[in-house]
Amino acid sequence: MILTLVEQTNGQPDRLSLETLALARRLGSGLGAPVHAVLFGTGARDAAADLGRHGVGVAHVVEHERLDAYAPAAWAAALAQLMSGAKVVLAAGSERGNEVMAHVGAQTGLPMAANCTDVSPRDSFGLVRQRWAGSLLEDARLDGDMRLLTVAPHAVAVEESAGPAATIETFRPELTDRDLRVRVVGRVEAEKGKISLADARVVVGGGRGVGGPEAFGILEELAGLLGAAVGVSRVATSAGWRPHSDQIGQTGLRIAPDLYIACGISGAIQHIVGCKAAKRILVINKDADAPIMGRAAYAVIGDLHTVVPAISAEIRRVRANGAAAGRG
Amino acid sequence: MNILVCVKRVPATGGTIVLTADEQEIDTRYLGFTVSPHEECAVEEAVRIVEARGGTSTVLTLGPAAAEDQLRDALAVGIERGVLLETDGSDWDAVATAGAIVDAVKSQESAAAPFDLLLFGNEAADTGDYQVGIRVAAGLDLPVVIGAKAIEILDGAVRVRREAAGGGWEIYEVPLPAVVAVKEGINLPRYPSVPGRLRARKKEIERMTPERRAGGPEKLRLRLPVEHHQAAEILGSGPDAAPRVVEVLQKLGVIAS
Ligand SMILES: Cc1cc2nc3c(=O)[nH]c(=O)nc-3n(C[C@H](O)[C@H](O)[C@H](O)COP(=O)(O)OP(=O)(O)OC[C@H]3O[C@@H](n4cnc5c(N)ncnc54)[C@H](O)[C@@H]3O)c2cc1C
Ligand SMILES: Nc1ncnc2c1ncn2[C@@H]1O[C@H](COP(=O)(O)O)[C@@H](O)[C@H]1O
Repeated sequence: MILTLVEQTNGQPDRLSLETLALARRLGSGLGAPVHAVLFGTGARDAAADLGRHGVGVAHVVEHERLDAYAPAAWAAALAQLMSGAKVVLAAGSERGNEVMAHVGAQTGLPMAANCTDVSPRDSFGLVRQRWAGSLLEDARLDGDMRLLTVAPHAVAVEESAGPAATIETFRPELTDRDLRVRVVGRVEAEKGKISLADARVVVGGGRGVGGPEAFGILEELAGLLGAAVGVSRVATSAGWRPHSDQIGQTGLRIAPDLYIACGISGAIQHIVGCKAAKRILVINKDADAPIMGRAAYAVIGDLHTVVPAISAEIRRVRANGAAAGRG
Repeated sequence: MNILVCVKRVPATGGTIVLTADEQEIDTRYLGFTVSPHEECAVEEAVRIVEARGGTSTVLTLGPAAAEDQLRDALAVGIERGVLLETDGSDWDAVATAGAIVDAVKSQESAAAPFDLLLFGNEAADTGDYQVGIRVAAGLDLPVVIGAKAIEILDGAVRVRREAAGGGWEIYEVPLPAVVAVKEGINLPRYPSVPGRLRARKKEIERMTPERRAGGPEKLRLRLPVEHHQAAEILGSGPDAAPRVVEVLQKLGVIAS
């Protein structure tokens, strides 16, 4: 058996879990083992109903009166109770996926390979995993009869095909007080309104080259004209110019906008892993040899303090002309 | 409050990564070293909690002799004691690392007072295993919360705020002693002062030789991901480039043409 943790939200399996199932299915056919899924929480049964199309034979829906809120060690205990005979136990490389699999590893003493991008199901169980958030890859080998791993986000494509519906089985784990000592005891809802950096189609980024907090005004102005969000490099957050919630990169947000306008940012690998999923990057930098140039579709060489306001002014001019032409 | 913080020495890689010829390591000949920003924040959090409530703070690392530098960086911003679990500098996997940290915590606690709070980074900058803190907690039979963006010490307990996947926040509350893995953004770390640096340089570092357990996975080699680099289209120099930029924005449909 290949046992996969499938995370779900309101009865819909999460995309990263479907990616994980695509890898599970590949491992299952390589090892001649059926794919089983494990689901938790309200909506688990609805989410399980659809998993046949993702290669799942049996979906275990975990039910327990004390599992009304997320409890990582308890989720891991349930997985550990279901996994006897499993060749591979895996989850998405999401925050919860990595957390639950680390607990499974800690509870069983087995090693766990986090954020794998590929796994070959042969004897030696070769795998590829991400280091430095994906800036570097590691070829590794995971020994043992049972392998624990998580799958890096967006490393494997979702695969859907017609297939028999998964058999749904209810599973009631044995849980102790210790399994439940860490659990979500409250929630605070997100603030609404502002264009979220994570979802913005256009992002204007600023780094050390911006020079100080006030100078971000010109980036805000351009962002306002484009309906964009402002993001920053770590230099701008650790200097206290901008809040950490604006930071793009390895220890900040990963963004995937249509256009990223990077102003005064050199392109350190830890920044690049946060923005390389952008469809296009427009660089504004006074150094034509900055590493970020290698990622740019377009570039303007120059001082952002004059280039950015000139672009804003040009957008206003073009819009005013368009409006005048419309009237005339 | 007695607080332990665990940090890991990693190369401060910049615009590119260069590997050694045997593809086993990053070529660090021209690089400095640092710790993950998450761990810098864990250090700052420890200093702040002890400033507010009293107690002592200890920083611990498992790594080569040179990892003393990373301990001294933490001492320079206000951590009181440094402990080095000295290795030959080769990679230790998460199982081996966590086992050695558990051993060290037990021996520190038997020599002095128990720790109330053990702080980790959410994930190490280089290997990103997402598990050493969780394994240490299991080894010490302590509760563990990861992803901490705010920590509030209560009477005999700690409340942690963590970002929820769909936006908003999750709240956790666990009894002390506990393990908490911290994410950058929880605070804005201070810079070391000159007297802080001088004090740190003079401090005694406690050294221990860790015992290495078998773990896994086994590293075979490192390689750089294959990526498609392109030559950028240069739209011009200085403010004169603005009209070309606006043309491109129109072509991309970012602004109406
Ligand atoms: C483990 C780890 C995690 C990290 N995580 C992150 C992360 O999440 N996000 C992140 O961003 N960084 C992260 N970093 C830091 C990263 O390594 C770099 O230090 C940082 O990204 C550099 O920011 P920068 O490009 O703004 O500054 P610099 O590297 O100093 O570059 C400034 C650039 O601005 C240009 N410039 C200067 N003045 C002007 C001007 N007037 N007009 C136009 N251009 C100008 C310069 O030519 C240069 O290219 C991390 C580091 C480590 C070790
Ligand atoms: N060699 C080490 N020495 C001390 N602490 C470590 C070491 N490796 C990992 N850690 C701690 O464990 C956290 C998580 O690491 P990891 O599980 O490897 O991603 C790090 O942020 C550190 O706080």
